[in-house]
Amino acid sequence: MYQVVGQKSLADSIVMLDIEAPAVAAKAKPGEFVIVRQFENSERIPLTIMDFDRVRGTVTIVVQDVGYSSALIAKAREGEAFVDFVGPLGRPTEIENYGTVLCVGGGLGIAPIFPIARALKEAGNHVISVLGARSKDLLILEEEMAGVSSEMVIMTDDGSHGQKGFVTHGIQSVLDRGVEVDVIWAIGPMIMMRSVANFTRPLGIKTIVSMNPIMVDGTGMCGACRLEVGGEMKFACVEGPEFDGHLVDFELAMKRAVFFKEEEALAYTRVEDEGEGN
Amino acid sequence: MAAKVPRHDMPCQDPAIRAKNFAEVALGYSPEMAIEEAKRCLMCKNPRCVEGCPVGVDIPQFIGEIVQGNFLGGAGVIKSKNTLPAICGRVCPQESQCEMKCILGDKGEPVAIGRLERFAADYEMAQGGCPMEVAPSTGKRVAVIGGGPAGLTCAAELARAGHGVTLLEALHVVGGVLMYGIPEFRLPKIVVQKEIEVLRQMGVRIEVNQVVGKVASVDELLAGGYDAVFVATGAGLPYFMNIPGENLGGVYSANEFLTRSNLMRAYDFPRYATPLRIGDRVAVIGGGNVAMDAARTALRLGAETVSIVYRRSRQEMPARAEEVYHAEEEGIRFALLTSPVRINGDDKGSVVGMTCVRYELGEPDGSGRRRPVLIEGSDYEMPVQTVVMAIGQGPNPLVTKSTPGLELDKRGNIVADEETMATSKPGVYAGGDIVTGAATVILAMGTGKTAARAIDVYLRKGKSL
Repeated sequence: MYQVVGQKSLADSIVMLDIEAPAVAAKAKPGEFVIVRQFENSERIPLTIMDFDRVRGTVTIVVQDVGYSSALIAKAREGEAFVDFVGPLGRPTEIENYGTVLCVGGGLGIAPIFPIARALKEAGNHVISVLGARSKDLLILEEEMAGVSSEMVIMTDDGSHGQKGFVTHGIQSVLDRGVEVDVIWAIGPMIMMRSVANFTRPLGIKTIVSMNPIMVDGTGMCGACRLEVGGEMKFACVEGPEFDGHLVDFELAMKRAVFFKEEEALAYTRVEDEGEGN
Repeated sequence: MAAKVPRHDMPCQDPAIRAKNFAEVALGYSPEMAIEEAKRCLMCKNPRCVEGCPVGVDIPQFIGEIVQGNFLGGAGVIKSKNTLPAICGRVCPQESQCEMKCILGDKGEPVAIGRLERFAADYEMAQGGCPMEVAPSTGKRVAVIGGGPAGLTCAAELARAGHGVTLLEALHVVGGVLMYGIPEFRLPKIVVQKEIEVLRQMGVRIEVNQVVGKVASVDELLAGGYDAVFVATGAGLPYFMNIPGENLGGVYSANEFLTRSNLMRAYDFPRYATPLRIGDRVAVIGGGNVAMDAARTALRLGAETVSIVYRRSRQEMPARAEEVYHAEEEGIRFALLTSPVRINGDDKGSVVGMTCVRYELGEPDGSGRRRPVLIEGSDYEMPVQTVVMAIGQGPNPLVTKSTPGLELDKRGNIVADEETMATSKPGVYAGGDIVTGAATVILAMGTGKTAARAIDVYLRKGKSL
């Protein structure tokens, strides 16, 4: 069992959890993910690593209540435990000194962008973080991101904080200042990553996205997470989760992501009834 | 005279009933049936059946015990060579191993060795099992990577020899293909877990959720106090056909399909949260045991029609005859000499059908089987909502890629000495599908056993013992 040793609400329906998993914490690197199974009857779901503490032996994940499994995980409290917590999985981010980089995080995607921004900053990059959310209330980890970024650009859809607009507008505002951007990391909802990729493709700025498709085992065994990247089939779990955003077939990925929507909805009706996880 | 008694059939659940449940199909012999079947054995002085067994079970001896009504004794004879008899009695392809060599088979039907093995093992299990004897501790430690048939067998043999064994499993349950792949109706999971419990009693330490290559590397295990490592990570990477439409929703690899159903218990959704959507019409591509398992699972999950789509003929099918027979009895259809060239979807990205082509048999190919030759202009539409790709698996690269100095063949399998299963890396042995490519449970067990013997010698001689 893997104990929940820290729990903090970041926004409405978004929760940060510290999980005791020393073996995972010892090896975790930015860009990697874990597979979590909360209860005996739960699904195995992939969650990107937000942070890790090798001394305390903990791994931090951030979860938003968007479906049956995530709703139950978001309800987890200190003292509870997960039956399985597997990782680290996937290929880590390739950290080096690229020069000037943009770390673009949208919504929940700010959580996985955090360790990447920190590592890029430590590697000597000038890190400009562009964070987006629907509104001020839903913008998470602003302070943490400020601590690992050289510059910050905040975007909200409704203009309640920072500039009004999407993260692509934020990227545009950076470029308008004449900043030469070497590489962009963009993590967030699929539709946001597609927008960023479409925006940067004609500009020829290398853009890396982190895909979070449906998975079962997370070790290359099932192929549920397959994507089309540059016309080739790729397994996000072992060949990703990061890919060249200009080559990812987002249309396909979005369709695959909602394949089990009906089943998900059916299961979700059970969250209220059986919230304790039976 | 004994030979004139016909082979005793195994009682099975009625096909119409079992096609709707996940309970075991084959019900097993009663003690009376087992004794009668055992009496058919001629007790050959030079038993050919034993040569046909990859782990060398003394078959006439265990059958002799059953004739005497000493079922526990029979189980003991088997277990001295085979650590997982209740599993092997169910899933070994006896017809191409021990039973193929049985002299009764020359003129009639061979002794039902597999069924007798299962009977003895089940009998012992029902009695609470017999503790396995373990040699005094050698103080040596071995890490076994992968908890499938090869890893379990190697772990048991090493523990029996007195070595300290840690079994590292990537999934949350140990058993490998026995748990995620082979369905409940063919191999009840309680049987697998009971056999694994014996390993625990022998002192094998089992650690789940350990993805070696990510959480620790082989080199780190060797540096961290293990004297040897056995790699048995299996054939984990599913193959696809590389045809258009394969990424549509509703196309599963057999691994995904079976893992959702068997390991994650999607058949009990939503009590278990893992979903598995089945259309009314299901096509399973492939002709092996995995294809049969997937097809029969789809039927039990509520599909109206399930078709095996295979590009050669019935004769070339690699599945066991018994599995094909059971599938057919349950109403699985066979679209033989047929293969999809494209999977078609709707605007939501879900499967609505396959465009298939037909073949005829030509000259034998490299595998000795007649090559399927395309019939020009034979393409037709097959309406289906679910497609399961059961065309084989390749080696999982997580361990091999993170282990420098490990020689691989061009397909990515580990190169290991046949006699010892030693790899190019000192102290590292390998077995099962990661060496042989996708094969059978018993073949994997055979390599695990061979490796255990060699590791035992290595630990006693190679180090300061």
